[in-house]
Amino acid sequence: MSEIKKIALDGFWKQNPGVVQLLGLCPTLAVTTSMINGLSLGIATAIVMAVSNASVSPIRKFIPTEIRVPVFILIIASLVTIIDFSIHAFIQPLYKALGIFIPLIVTNCIVLARVESFAAKNETTSSFFDGLFMGLGLAMVLTLLGGFRELFGKGTLLSGIDLILGPSASNIVIHFFGDYHGFLLAILPPGAFIGLACLIALKNRIETR
Amino acid sequence: MFKDHLKKISSTAIAMIIFSLVASAALSSFYFITKSPIDESDEKAKRIFLNQIIPADLYDNNLVKDTISVEPTPLLGNKRNIDIYRAKKNNQVIAVIIETVAPDGYSGEIKTLVGIDQEEKILGVRVITHKETPGLGDYIEIDKSQWIKNFDLKSLDKISEKKWAVKKDGGDFDYISGATITPRAIIKSTYKCLLYAKENKKRLFTS
Repeated sequence: MSEIKKIALDGFWKQNPGVVQLLGLCPTLAVTTSMINGLSLGIATAIVMAVSNASVSPIRKFIPTEIRVPVFILIIASLVTIIDFSIHAFIQPLYKALGIFIPLIVTNCIVLARVESFAAKNETTSSFFDGLFMGLGLAMVLTLLGGFRELFGKGTLLSGIDLILGPSASNIVIHFFGDYHGFLLAILPPGAFIGLACLIALKNRIETR
Repeated sequence: MFKDHLKKISSTAIAMIIFSLVASAALSSFYFITKSPIDESDEKAKRIFLNQIIPADLYDNNLVKDTISVEPTPLLGNKRNIDIYRAKKNNQVIAVIIETVAPDGYSGEIKTLVGIDQEEKILGVRVITHKETPGLGDYIEIDKSQWIKNFDLKSLDKISEKKWAVKKDGGDFDYISGATITPRAIIKSTYKCLLYAKENKKRLFTS
């Protein structure tokens, strides 16, 4: 139990993929234009990471060291494609919202990084939790960054939630300012860099206290 | 020495082949399992759009199946044959829905469905796929904003050619500042689609 606790602490704080390892920046910067976008891609990534860690770990002794990276990529790519098919088939609204971002999970270095540095050396259970908590740690950063950019860029929070929970959920969306014309910089890529920098600074500040 | 090398290389290669085979088998079985639900959900999404453009009580045929195929035409911007959906009431074509491609969006093509009735008025326009900037150019989607409804009931007779443009360019259409390339592309493609419907009226509306 204490081992899983340590893994969780690593994923959410000490080794957080978003603000400490700084891996997986491509989706971090591209998708976080709104809180819901960030959260949904974060959860999809967490699922991929948990499943890929859990499936590499039991067969790690059969993978020759020379070809481990191509085999890892093969496994990750197949899993992502299977998840992509399943979401397209059974959760059409989510597919519409995430669209092209799901195949992009393959190119996210954090997935390969955890498989290579953790699942290839550890038992299946702890590998599964490592993938899950690292993914959720990333999801947390994506959600915060998405919320930050959405708040400054559009003056709302949780917009687009109706795409996931159905049209009735659209009244959950929070509008902060009545007549807000938007702050373009926060929505465009520079806003993502600035927002991420602020999050990293905040984390370092809390740690040095 | 050489034999050892060969043994090592071939065992590695065999491992790679086995992993590839297992992955391919998993992928192809999932492809077949999800194929028909995916087709169904795509069809459903399309039908929702078609029904938003022409209310279901105005026609009595199966809109998704009753189509005519159209070869590539510059006015529609299609590179392959596309289907034109025809809504019929008592075997009379009352409206058509044409798939159009705007090639000059901010980042690539924007595909739309344009509904046109017998009097060459627009019944509605919906965006099917696009790659515009999320949170900026995506107000063309009906889920994000009502902008696309600006086209409703417009026609070539009511609006002169010059007025088919955003207000910034002296036209009749609203836009969101910072994202003018996107509406320009859709206005242009919709205008051309109306021209196409006018030129091909006989073919489209004869049942």
